Amino acid sequence: MANMVNLTINGIAVSVEEDKTILEAAKHLHIKIPTLCYHKDLCVAGNCRVCVVEQVGNHKLVASCATPVAEGMEINTNTLKVRNCRKHIIELLLTEHREECTKCYRNGHCELQALAAEYQITNQDFIDLVPDKNYTIDMLSPAIVKDDSKCIRCQRCVRTCAEIQSVGAIAVAHKGSEMKISTFFDRSLDEVVCTNCGQCIVHCPTGALTEKSYVENVWDAIADPDTHVIVQTAPAVRIGLGEELGLGIGTRVTGKMVSALKRLGFDSVLDTDFTADLTIMEEGTELLTRLKRALVDDDPEVALPMATSCSPGWVKYIEHKYPEYLPNLSSCKSPQQMFGALAKTYYAKNIEVDPENIVSVSIMPCTAKKFEANRPEMKDSGYKDVDFVLTTRELAVMIRQAGIEFEKLNDESFDSIMGIGSGAGVIFGASGGVMEAALRTAYEIVTGREVPFDNLEITPVRGLEGVKEATVKIEGTIEAWSFLEGVELKCAITNGLENAHQLLDAIRKGDKFYHFIEVMACPGGCLGGGGQPFPVDNEIRLKRMNALYEEDRNLPIRKAHENPEIIQVYKEFLEEPLSHKSHKLLHTSYVKREQY
Amino acid sequence: MTTTAAKKQLHRIDLIFKHEDDCKEILRNAFSRSDQEIVNEMVNSGLKGRGGAGFPTGLKWKLAAESDEKEKYVICNADEGEPGTFKDREILSRVPHKVLSGMAVCAKIIGAQKGYIYLRGEYKFLVPDLNKELGKFHDILDDLGLDFRVEIFLGSGAYICGEESALIESMEGKRGEPRNKPPFPSVRGFKGKPTVVNNVETLAHSYTILKFGAKKFRDLGVKDSRGSKVFSVSGDTPIPGIYELELGMTVQDFVDDFSDGDCKAVQVGGASGFLVPRKRFGKTTIGYEGKLTGISLPTGGSMMIFNSSRSMYNVLNNYLEFFEEESCGQCTPCRVGCQQLLKGIRAVKRGEKPASYLDQLLKLTETMKLTAKCGLGQSVANSFSSIVENFREEMIY
Repeated sequence: MANMVNLTINGIAVSVEEDKTILEAAKHLHIKIPTLCYHKDLCVAGNCRVCVVEQVGNHKLVASCATPVAEGMEINTNTLKVRNCRKHIIELLLTEHREECTKCYRNGHCELQALAAEYQITNQDFIDLVPDKNYTIDMLSPAIVKDDSKCIRCQRCVRTCAEIQSVGAIAVAHKGSEMKISTFFDRSLDEVVCTNCGQCIVHCPTGALTEKSYVENVWDAIADPDTHVIVQTAPAVRIGLGEELGLGIGTRVTGKMVSALKRLGFDSVLDTDFTADLTIMEEGTELLTRLKRALVDDDPEVALPMATSCSPGWVKYIEHKYPEYLPNLSSCKSPQQMFGALAKTYYAKNIEVDPENIVSVSIMPCTAKKFEANRPEMKDSGYKDVDFVLTTRELAVMIRQAGIEFEKLNDESFDSIMGIGSGAGVIFGASGGVMEAALRTAYEIVTGREVPFDNLEITPVRGLEGVKEATVKIEGTIEAWSFLEGVELKCAITNGLENAHQLLDAIRKGDKFYHFIEVMACPGGCLGGGGQPFPVDNEIRLKRMNALYEEDRNLPIRKAHENPEIIQVYKEFLEEPLSHKSHKLLHTSYVKREQY
Repeated sequence: MTTTAAKKQLHRIDLIFKHEDDCKEILRNAFSRSDQEIVNEMVNSGLKGRGGAGFPTGLKWKLAAESDEKEKYVICNADEGEPGTFKDREILSRVPHKVLSGMAVCAKIIGAQKGYIYLRGEYKFLVPDLNKELGKFHDILDDLGLDFRVEIFLGSGAYICGEESALIESMEGKRGEPRNKPPFPSVRGFKGKPTVVNNVETLAHSYTILKFGAKKFRDLGVKDSRGSKVFSVSGDTPIPGIYELELGMTVQDFVDDFSDGDCKAVQVGGASGFLVPRKRFGKTTIGYEGKLTGISLPTGGSMMIFNSSRSMYNVLNNYLEFFEEESCGQCTPCRVGCQQLLKGIRAVKRGEKPASYLDQLLKLTETMKLTAKCGLGQSVANSFSSIVENFREEMIY
């Protein structure tokens, strides 16, 4: 245990571990010190200077987020000197910031706005610097809008992109008054290494980085009487939407969400969990096929480990940074895109609507899904498979605009078909979920028995750790899979692209060998996605994660292959996993992209 | 002739630039003494950092020596970027072996195997000669059995990289941005290892101390400002150049010696230093912290003389343009503060803001001084307040 250090803050004594900062010590005493550049997920920058406090004996103020505690330290957080300085700093930030709060996407959710309100910055004494700045707004990306005029240079996005994601699409350029957050040669985010994961958005304190909104497009589609608007909802939305609408973190709102979507006017309210289950059938079969080629046919061409492809941020990351591993990516489309392809074929036929008149909308915890839906190859239905992607936050906007009192809604059920998902589909929203879902099915296919874990809960693959490993020994196989008898299936699960980068490097060096890896671009998996509510930190992610597993426990069907609608879709339409039709509609290919 | 004789002249010191070819002897002697003895010698000499900040050099070495880390570094800060300062270039071209000797002794005491000269990008022309000198010097070290090598690292022209932690960041291949302190470089510096960063002149002085002993150095100067200092004298003077002078002189003494009689103000310490108006010449001493008679100003050695034809508004405008561009831009008070100060004095001059706006800007500089992350942002207040307070009318009319 670390040594304890005694200090006083505002005259109150406190004892904390020696590796803590003044900011953390103050939190112990329930003293809030305002911050902007500080974020629990990130390394300390100490550059906004809003958190300055007075340290007795030091003639300068110190940044509480960056200053470690020391024995005998006397700190004052609310002296006249501190308040005046803080106010100055907030005023200075506002002079570089285009103040158009009422027209801002982050109006009401902006940390700078909140701080300005707290300090009652009602007059602007300093000179407005905005007119002399050549601020640009980058709107070319289908997923992310970068508005430099809202940027306060806290570098939370830069640290996120580098530390959490190991991408480095955005970085600091120039110095002095010209200093800005930029990209490779100041290109659009659409033309650089950006994976569209949106982690920069959830870490941005202001409106400088936001999702590209398609709310108005969706309203237009709903208003069009000739259009049949289908909506699908990803697993992680049902545990994030309530949080965004003011219910507690980790509140499960599946039934209310369905009810709200129906009230908003969507014609068919369906579930991405259905195609999550379908992904398990396709991807599980693909894995078993690869294993057979490796173990029985001794095929040197087969790429192992096989990697999941549900996370479009991860897919684009590998396209940019590890193109040699493209053959390792499962050829399965993500559940969103499988859904899109089926919506305008199978589902359209089922409800007897011309796919021409269908608008397919998806609600995702993710911004990379916006990019994914716009990939040119995602048109296997003969139309754009998914027309518009909204984030959890955007759905909340629609619900508020429609005047729906969300918390008062009764639970309703998804429409059918493509409205039933198993517990296995639900846990896709958590890091480790795809692995767990796949194992529940694959193990049973191969052995005829359930996975040997209490209540189907494969706990080693759960949790927020950066890299999780699991080995499943396959014993007692049924005849068709006897080549797997005694095989120890080695699996790894990782979340956050920095962790993925570490994992891939270990595999490349030969330090590690796996058969199957699950990678989610965002910390914690989709529940911590770039389209989820802010703020976010590990405490919040854990609550959301628990909610997903609770949802799983409470579902009657918890294995993908037992989902009756999955059985039905193969019987009526797809025939069998990896069939010709499956290949055409549910599988895809990838491209190599530039490193910058 | 009689007039020149009548003019009082400051005592010119000739220690730094005196050509001495005995560095092998000095080093042999130094290496034969215990580390503790050398540290004590440095501490007793009262030598303080000659880059301008004035941190006691002996203490810096001592702190780094105390660390148990195996890997340590010595860096010579030759990123001489303060406007009006040009002494380090001269030291490095004329007596580089003194600087290198200082580095080697420091390396031996703290236990470093590797040293760097962080050379200002604009001083690239010094590289060939320095490399020649390094070759000779490494031979001497080999003869004496010290495992220490020095390499030149070329900066890229950012003023902020003269700040030691930004310098280290730059050497690590990152943006030159100051770090949060603590930890200081002597605890966690280059590559996260204990690192001593000393100014060129500081290292050269350490050579003098090793050669003549702490006492000779200490006998020069006053109270807390011991030894001599190399000054870069520029501006309205008939004799611009580099002068080694004893610390502790008043600005009046300096002006009497270097001005032609028409001197309105002296900028001590470059753009980040203070402007001393004529009425304060007699009361201002050049030295470190220790209060003598009136104010004592630390300096990296830049002395700029302004005569009565100079507009103090233009001078300040010039400094602020410099800071607005040379702030690294990471911290709010410095990045935005510099822009506000520059635009602010222009607005007052143009009559777009009332004269009282200057008082608001003075308050802002107070915030910058208290809250900026590093010495750059903290010291913008120095020239701003000393110019605005003393030449307010020139700012307005």
